[in-house]
Amino acid sequence: MKRIGAQLSPPGLLFAVTGLALLQAPFLSLAPNRIALGEGVTLWRLTDGAATASCVLAILAGFALGLLRSRPALRLAGAVLGLIGLLGLVVISAPALLEGAGEYARVSPAAGFWGLLVVMTLLLADSLTQFRPRPLTRALLLALGLGAVAIFLRSDGISQLSVMQEYAARSDAFMTATRRHLALAFGSLGAAAVIGFPLGILCHRKVRLRGAVLPVLSFLQTIPSLAMFGIMIPILGWVAANVPGASEAGIAGIGFTPAFFALLLYSLLPVVSNTVAGLASTPAAAREAARGMGMTTGQRLMRVELPLGLPVLLAGLRIVLVQNIGLAVIAGLIGGGGYGSFVFQGLNQTATDLILLGALPTVLLALVSAVVMDILVDLARPNSEKSP
Amino acid sequence: MKAGHIIRIALIALLLALVLRPDWFVPVFAPLAPVGGPVIYERASLLSLSLSHLGIVAVASLAATLIAVTLAILVTRPAGAAFRPLSRTITNMGQTFPPVAVLALAVPILGFGTGPTLVALFLYGLLPIFENAMTGLSTLPSATMEAARGIGLNRWQRLVRVELPLALPVILTGIRLSVVIALGTATIGSTVAARTLGEVIIAGLLTNNTAYVVQGGLIVGLFAALIFDAMVQLEARLATRMGR
Repeated sequence: MKRIGAQLSPPGLLFAVTGLALLQAPFLSLAPNRIALGEGVTLWRLTDGAATASCVLAILAGFALGLLRSRPALRLAGAVLGLIGLLGLVVISAPALLEGAGEYARVSPAAGFWGLLVVMTLLLADSLTQFRPRPLTRALLLALGLGAVAIFLRSDGISQLSVMQEYAARSDAFMTATRRHLALAFGSLGAAAVIGFPLGILCHRKVRLRGAVLPVLSFLQTIPSLAMFGIMIPILGWVAANVPGASEAGIAGIGFTPAFFALLLYSLLPVVSNTVAGLASTPAAAREAARGMGMTTGQRLMRVELPLGLPVLLAGLRIVLVQNIGLAVIAGLIGGGGYGSFVFQGLNQTATDLILLGALPTVLLALVSAVVMDILVDLARPNSEKSP
Repeated sequence: MKAGHIIRIALIALLLALVLRPDWFVPVFAPLAPVGGPVIYERASLLSLSLSHLGIVAVASLAATLIAVTLAILVTRPAGAAFRPLSRTITNMGQTFPPVAVLALAVPILGFGTGPTLVALFLYGLLPIFENAMTGLSTLPSATMEAARGIGLNRWQRLVRVELPLALPVILTGIRLSVVIALGTATIGSTVAARTLGEVIIAGLLTNNTAYVVQGGLIVGLFAALIFDAMVQLEARLATRMGR
């Protein structure tokens, strides 16, 4: 008995127990229209054929395989199987539930689905960390995962879900919002890199400048985002009205510009402080050797300090990118566009699915960016393929 | 050091004046308000909004600290070691979730009002505190731990008298990060009908009244900066005491 107990994975046990509890929670919810509150439908009421029953079995098998402590491959297989079962169940049962429910009826995933999705994803992540995948393997896995998400989103059953109906009703606006969100997040990242790297290098050289710049930037970072976006409006409005050529250059008090500048100000601290930390992390021996070889200050910077500090510099960009993707949502409040416009429209109309249409892509974008940047940081590390 | 003190006192005085005597600032904000429009936010007293804002942040951060530190203690014990990789995954993945998205996703489940804001602030606040507490508790100098064991302290005594006090500065840094995020996210909480200072900014944005926006923004910004600064001072003081 003790031997069996020792072979069980404690996190796997936690997943299985939570999973079994979540199987009793409402899995989908059916509402008479897009505003009304939905009524929860449990998994057991949805299971009425061979297809749905096998999906439920796949979920149960996934949790069972997740229990095996010393067989990471089987745990991974279990997580994949469970995820397929979970998504398959939605694809099959959403259209079935809508049948005869009325013209305006909406089906959405409910707490049970979201909970199971989180638990299964954690099982997947937990079993993957047992393998300690190398950067390129992680890139391949990410591509596979995104491919699976794309196939799932294009399936017939999923288009019956309420979120997807909100999407179908405004697919053009969604594409515009996506472009705007990416422009805000990546544009301010690029601008922060252009300003922040040289500023960081200067701060690395001049201790007094560092003492003046870093406290100011960390003060900016503490200003709540809504206040920062709000205060940018009058400032940029004044600039547009009073600085010659500013309004011709596209600067305005509302819309894209205030959001862009607010994000830029938030981005400077991680870029500058990580540049300083990265350059300072050069081992003294390497610096001495470079000096001994007769390199000039500029050569030492380009050939020794920057390459050695690159992982830390990239880690700064990772922080900025993830932070900006999240903060760009606030732009929706000041007419800056992006996914935030759906989130706040949804909050105003109390239309849950419109909120999801804005929040889910934001979360996905942030997660994918974090994984990609982590891969880049690991690749920039010397001997990255050798270390675990 | 001296200049820092003067600036600090001046900012506290400015903040108190903005919250308690908003009328004094009519001449300052009047040029920003629309012609003939109201200059000072009067739909609710700024003091009660401030107290409600700070109250929400305090409750959420306190709960997050209690739970996060407890979890970090459990995970850093030998029995909890199996959960360490998982908890690291959860904190890494969880912190990529934008605070605004967490807030927005809490609304469909919990409805509008202060509730979803509290829950979102609590959930999001757990991560930085947990991460720092775990780092603090798992990177203690082994010589000190050996010494604690050597003088016959049991597990509980080691935790309370040695590990937690030594990890305190790192834990405090986590709490500071979490409080600053909570102050900002609570501001956005007013879009889901929580009573916070964000109300003033939102009202300004909706009615094109820049005076409201600047007023609300200044108050929230000053609160955040002063609280951030106070916690940095506390950490520095603790760190020097540890180093002694």
